[in-house]
Formats: sequence, structure tokens, C-alpha cells
Amino acid sequence: MSVRRLAEEQTESFEFTPENKAWLDEQIAKYPDGRQASMVVPALWQAQKQHDNWLSQAAIENVAQALGMAKIRVLEIATFYSMFNLAPVGKYFIQLCGTTPCLLAGSDEIIDVLQRRVGPQRRVTDDGLFSWLEVECLGACCNAPMVQINDDYYEDLTAENFEKLLDNLAAGRPVKTGSQIGRVSSEPVGKLTSLTSFYGDGAK
Amino acid sequence: MTKILVDGVEVDVPGEFTLLQACEQAGVEIPRFCYHERLSIAGNCRMCLVEVKGGPPKPQASCAMSVKDLRPGPNGAPPEVLTKSPMVKKAREGVMEFLLINHPLDCPICDQGGECDLQDQALVFGVDSSRYRENKRAVEDKYIGVLVKTEMNRCIHCTRCVRFTAEVAGTGDMGAIGRGEDMEITTYLESAMSSELQGNVADLCPVGALLPKPQSFRGRPWEYQKTETIDVMDALGAAIRVDSRGREVMRILPRINDLVNEEWISDKTRQIVDGLKTQRLDRPYIRENGRLRPASWQEALAAVAAKTKATPASRIGALVGDLAAIEETFALRLLAEQLGTPNLDCRQDGAKLGPKFGRASYLFNATIAGIEQAGAALIIGANPRKESPVLNARIRKRWLRGDFKISLVGERADLTYGYDYLGAGPDSLLQFLRSAKPVEKLLVIIGQGALAREDGEAALTLAAQSAQNLGGLSDGWNGFSVLHTAAARVGALDLGFTPGAGGLDAGAMAKAGALDLIFNLGADELAIEPGAFVAYIGTHGDRGAHRADVILPGAAYTEKSGLYVNTEGRVQRAFRVVFPPGEAREDWAVLRALSGALGNPLPFDSLAALRRRLVEAHPHFAQVDEIAPGEAAQIIALASHPAVAMKDPFAPAIENFYFTNPIARASAVMAECSALAQGRLAQAAE
Repeated sequence: MSVRRLAEEQTESFEFTPENKAWLDEQIAKYPDGRQASMVVPALWQAQKQHDNWLSQAAIENVAQALGMAKIRVLEIATFYSMFNLAPVGKYFIQLCGTTPCLLAGSDEIIDVLQRRVGPQRRVTDDGLFSWLEVECLGACCNAPMVQINDDYYEDLTAENFEKLLDNLAAGRPVKTGSQIGRVSSEPVGKLTSLTSFYGDGAK
Repeated sequence: MTKILVDGVEVDVPGEFTLLQACEQAGVEIPRFCYHERLSIAGNCRMCLVEVKGGPPKPQASCAMSVKDLRPGPNGAPPEVLTKSPMVKKAREGVMEFLLINHPLDCPICDQGGECDLQDQALVFGVDSSRYRENKRAVEDKYIGVLVKTEMNRCIHCTRCVRFTAEVAGTGDMGAIGRGEDMEITTYLESAMSSELQGNVADLCPVGALLPKPQSFRGRPWEYQKTETIDVMDALGAAIRVDSRGREVMRILPRINDLVNEEWISDKTRQIVDGLKTQRLDRPYIRENGRLRPASWQEALAAVAAKTKATPASRIGALVGDLAAIEETFALRLLAEQLGTPNLDCRQDGAKLGPKFGRASYLFNATIAGIEQAGAALIIGANPRKESPVLNARIRKRWLRGDFKISLVGERADLTYGYDYLGAGPDSLLQFLRSAKPVEKLLVIIGQGALAREDGEAALTLAAQSAQNLGGLSDGWNGFSVLHTAAARVGALDLGFTPGAGGLDAGAMAKAGALDLIFNLGADELAIEPGAFVAYIGTHGDRGAHRADVILPGAAYTEKSGLYVNTEGRVQRAFRVVFPPGEAREDWAVLRALSGALGNPLPFDSLAALRRRLVEAHPHFAQVDEIAPGEAAQIIALASHPAVAMKDPFAPAIENFYFTNPIARASAVMAECSALAQGRLAQAAE
């Protein structure tokens, strides 16, 4: 984590699309009068989704306006949660887990790939396709190392399959989410190492 | 009531008390940073940790745990709080060590030094050295307005300022962005705070992170002489402490008075300090050939005396301004009686208030503390936020508690609370009066915006009718409340400083050709037309002095002892902090000298003798800090008058909050605040 500030270059204005506006109004109506501020995280999330995956100052102010909150209250939320991007990100926004299990399983190699292909953290590639950020544990330690690209996890990465993944994304080819080595969810790699027999089998 | 043992001492406290309050009840002081009695509980500084028996077996934040959260012992023994145990000592040392990890060691250059909670508590509860060897955190300073300077390295994230602006001030200016170690206190993108109470955040700050900007690097708290007195910037009469060094007023701080200002003061009250030093009239002046020239007291008094003797009584008038104490108003009244003139007035703005309907007709009868008991409010022609920001905070406090409907007639302004807007003028009020249903304990606030106009008396009557018919008058409740804007007004009305039989009022006196001689005791809000000879007793080179033919320099409110009556009728005593500058004298003494020059000295030679006279004539002025309550019968009598009001919308009583009196207009800090408020000054980061 580091100090999170709004981006230097801002977009002029922000308006919710009619569909999102309708969605927002519908959601706001669910909250009791005077408690609309509780809606702030979903509202910001929707704004971020609509706005190329990042929140501009205009978007923050728009949400504050819609929920009748002081602007600083919304800014507090937007700067608190790392899920809100305060600066533009690539079309594919890669969040790389660098916490202990992933580090032990070789996330350094993945970082090297990203440094080489995408550049330093937080910088969007010239074609606007990629940007990346090292984040804290994303909770898929069994399948380390892993990254999150936009809404999906990509696990069991190696330098080779990760590069292939990036190639496929860049070319717009379909990619497989989850484990990249073909295992189902977080079952053991190779053969079972525990619970190898049913209860009672061993007693016979 | 619940019994609880604090360090072995049994106290009986309400169950909803926090442990911290219970400890205070037992006479044990608990260190704290984030906890503040008048703000919500945050529980984030952890300084108030105590050990409890009957609760979780770990140090507990005593500010955030209530007495009823603790269980009694197996045999019904009361729960116990330990504040001096080894666990508590260790916990406090640990918390203090963490707080100091990122706190810079700049006490020698920090303005908070000497009155810093962190400094004091580190001395008492901390350890003598630090084990921390790494780099300290560095935080950029923020621009948050012209009144509060920031030094954000020193911030310990107690969030008192955030809670104050969100809860008391109601503007939600400040917040904490980021998280964890990167948390920073700031306003939205470093914009200036918009509250009229923003100066209070510097008082609330337990460390030197938020400091009063105009007082930067001027002095140390132990150098100051501290004088407890009363503020005159508005009619609230807030309790203040004026700190002075030598002959100079250095700063003004609030004092706690739960009945009036709790512990807040407005920015105008706090920061007009520089206005007390600039534009001062420090010697008499006489106008010759259209220009004012310095003169001696003898010359000036002789000039006024000569003019007085040459003028028939009916052509003489006397005006009292907004900042005059009761003593000098009384002295001027005695002088006017001696001269035999009926032309007296204290209502420069032309407010249609007077003693003729009884004292209750011009008091804030509900009292300021009484606002919290009100069941609903009707605000007529007032903008409490500008006319008395601290009183407005009280209304907001009541509103926040819920079940408090506020209706407003007049200027549609952001008052920091929600209200039903009825309309702009008396017709909307009349409609409301006809259609609304009575409620319990209605608070009717009528402001000078509704009173200072031709049909002010009708507005006053309509307000009385609202109070009578809609639940404003009941046993033990008188909700009819006049919100004054001038500190001198209620006292002067108590003295009957209004036109006598056949006398002219302020507006008529100011007209060209109405009078030949006007004694002007600091009335600067009124333009006196050319013609009359004006003898001005005042403090600043403001409108009154520009119009004067003779200037007799007087004392500002920090330079004289005197009584003031606030809007609720509370008599309060102000004390002299420093002496008036140069040859200026206290106003009562100027009037006494003037009467001597006229050959008919007023019957007192000292302020004490004057006060004795005053109390003889008006016994209620002897009851300092008390209110002589107004009678509800007077409101009912007032309500029975016919009221024919015009349709014009009520105009705001105060155009510019920062420029309401000569002292404020002389203050550069107020000018800056005003410019900012007008949106003229670009929001430049420091």
C-alpha cells in the first residue's frame, strides 16, 4: 500500500449511463431514508465499471451528489479500498499477488515477465491493453502463484504459461480462467497425498 | 444506577455511562486523545486502556465500553475497573510508544508546546526513551483554510476534527483519506473549510497538527495573562478567555459554559484579534474645514459642550451601537435625561422591538440550553448560522437527536440541518399559522430580518400568535424567542434606550435636518445623513468616525469592564484585559468627563459607583449569569394585537458574517475569511 491520491490527469465529467442510473435509483430506493450513504461502495463500484475500471474526481463527486454525502466522505471510501483504482488502468488490469505463499511458489518469475512485457507498476502500456500492480494476498494460496486479471483469477502460473496467457489476451483469443495447468479448483497436483484410503479400509 | 468499583472505590453511576465517565466520577483521571465529551466515541487512540474484572481479560478502551457491559462477580460483587495496575501501566506505555513512533520531536518549534495533550501525557504515562530506530513517517501539510494551519507530521489520527466538522459544525469538511500508516487527515482535495466554527478544530486537536494560523509563532501559552470574559461579536455572549501579553491581546479561546456556548466559539469571536489593533482611534479628533485634526481631550470636550449648550434639547439625539456595555449606555441615558431629550435609540437597524410589549417580547425566552428541550422549531426571518453560529450548532444538536421538525420562513440558506421551507415572506407565515397543527414545545425563533422593516411589529405579532396557537407556550415552556444580532441590544432595551414621548427613532434621527446634535456611542451600522453635528464615541475608524465632527476615543470590549445581556436575557460580566490604546478612555469615563464639561457632572466618579446607580434603577442587572425570565402573559398580550404584514420577502439580517461590526471590519483575517467565503480567493495550496 502507499498513499493513494486522485490521478493528476482527470476526465472532464462523469455521468452514469441511463441503465446504470436506473440501476442506481433502484438500489438507492432499498435503503431507508437518510441511510443512502450505505450505498456508497456499490455505487462507486458501478461507476468504476462504467468508467474503464477507474474512478475520476468527477465520478466521486457524482456519487456524492447521488447519495447526498459530503464529497470527503466518498473520497475517504475511494482511497481506503484498493479495489477502487484512482488512475487509469489497462484494458486488462493485472493484480499480482506477491505475498508469502505466492512468493515461495515463484511469483518473482511472474513479476519479471510483467516488468519485461508491461513495464513498471501502474503504467499502462501504449496500446492501452495492460497495466499491473502488486497486491497483498488474494486468497488463492493453494494454487500459487496467481494473478487476478480484471474479475478473474489465473492460477498455477509459470513464466511460460503466463506469457502465453498474455499473448492470448493481447490477441483477443479466448483464455481459460482458473488453474493454467489443468487441475480442478484446488485439488492436489499429481496424486493424492492424504486421505488416500476410505475410513476403515486400512483396518482390514 | 449501577455499582462499580474503580480502583477499589465504589461509585454508583448510570449503566449507560462509559467506564471513562465512571472513573471520572470516582475522581480518577484517564488519559485520552480521541475521546471528547461533546463528540461521538471513536475509540481509536487506545490511550484510555484500563483493566476490567467482569469483562474480557485484556486491556479495554474505557471510552468505548459502558458500565452495563461488565458482568458482576459470581457472588454479586460489583464489576471492577483497575486504572493503576501493572497491566494498565504497561498498556499505556505501549500505546504511548506507538503514538510517538511517528510523532516528530519538534516540541521546541511547535506552537502547541506547553498546552499539548501528547506532551503532557507522554510525560506522565510514557517511558523515557524510544526503541524505534527506523525512519519516521512523513506527511505533506494540507491547506484547509485561512484560520487553521496544518503540520500533518504531528497528527496522531484521533479524528476529533473530523467528528467535529461532521457532527457539531455540520459541514463535513474534514475526513481521513487512505488507510493504515498512509491515513491522512485533510479536507476534500485541500479545499478551505466552509464552517463558521472551523477555528474550534485547532482547540480540539490534542497535538500540534492543527493550529490557529493567524497566531503562528507568536508566543508561548505560559507567557500569556489569561482573562475570563464575554464575547460581543454576536448576541450569544459566548464565554471566552482572552490571552494577552503586555498591552497586546494575543488570542481568544472559548471557555466552557454549558448554558451558552458549550465549548465552541465562532470564527469571528476567535479571530478578530488583529482587528483590535488596527484602525484604532487613539486620540480625540475635531473636524475643521471638513477635515479631522488631532485634538486634546479638553478641546474636544469643549467643542462638544459648546455645541450642546447652543442646541435646544429637542434637536439633540443619542444613539447606541451594537457593542456598547450596559454601563455606558446607562451613562448616556442619564446624560440624555439631564439634557432633556426624548430622542434615544439603540436599534440602528430599525428593528421593531421595544420595552412597550414587555421584556418577554424581545428575549430568546426558550433559552439557548432550552433549544435541546424543544419539540419542533419555526424559524422566521433568521439565518441562525450567520447570526449566531454557536446557537445554530445547538439547533443542529437537537435536530441530530431526531424527531425535530424545523420550518423556515425567510431566506433559503444552508443551515447545516434540514428544514421545511414555507416561503419567503409574512404571507407564508400566515398560511402556516392557519394550517399547522399544534405540537408540543414549539420553538419560535424570530430574527432581525423579520423585525428590522416597516411591518416588523406585525411579524413580531405573527410570531407571538404562532407561539400561542401552535404549542409555543405551555407550563414551563416559553418558546417565543427573538434572536438578536447585537450584543448591546437586549441590555439597552432593558434600560429603555428607545425614543421617549415624541422622540425620534434611529432611522428618523439619521435623516438630514432632523437633529442638530447627535451623540453617537459606537453606532457604525447606520449612515447619518449630513447636517447634524455628530459627537462620536467609538473605537475604530469606521463609518461612525468618518461621519463624526468630534471623535472621542473609547474602549473596545477587551479594554473595559462591563455588563452585557445576551439574547436570552442573561446578564454577563466582561472584564478588562488590556488598557485602551493611546489617549482612549473607557466609554463611561468619557461620558462622565463630557457631563463635567457641560457643567453638570453625572452622579458617579467610578465604575463601581455607576454600577451601584445602575442596579438601583434596574435591580436585575445585579444577578450576574442569571436570566430574569420574561412572562408568557406578555407574549399572549402581544399576540392579541392585529397584525397587517406586507408581502415582501424577509431579507437576511446579516449580509456578510465576517463584517458585522467595526472591529471585524478592521481585521485582515476576517477580510480574508470573507473573501474566501465570497469565493473570490482561489483555493491555493499552501
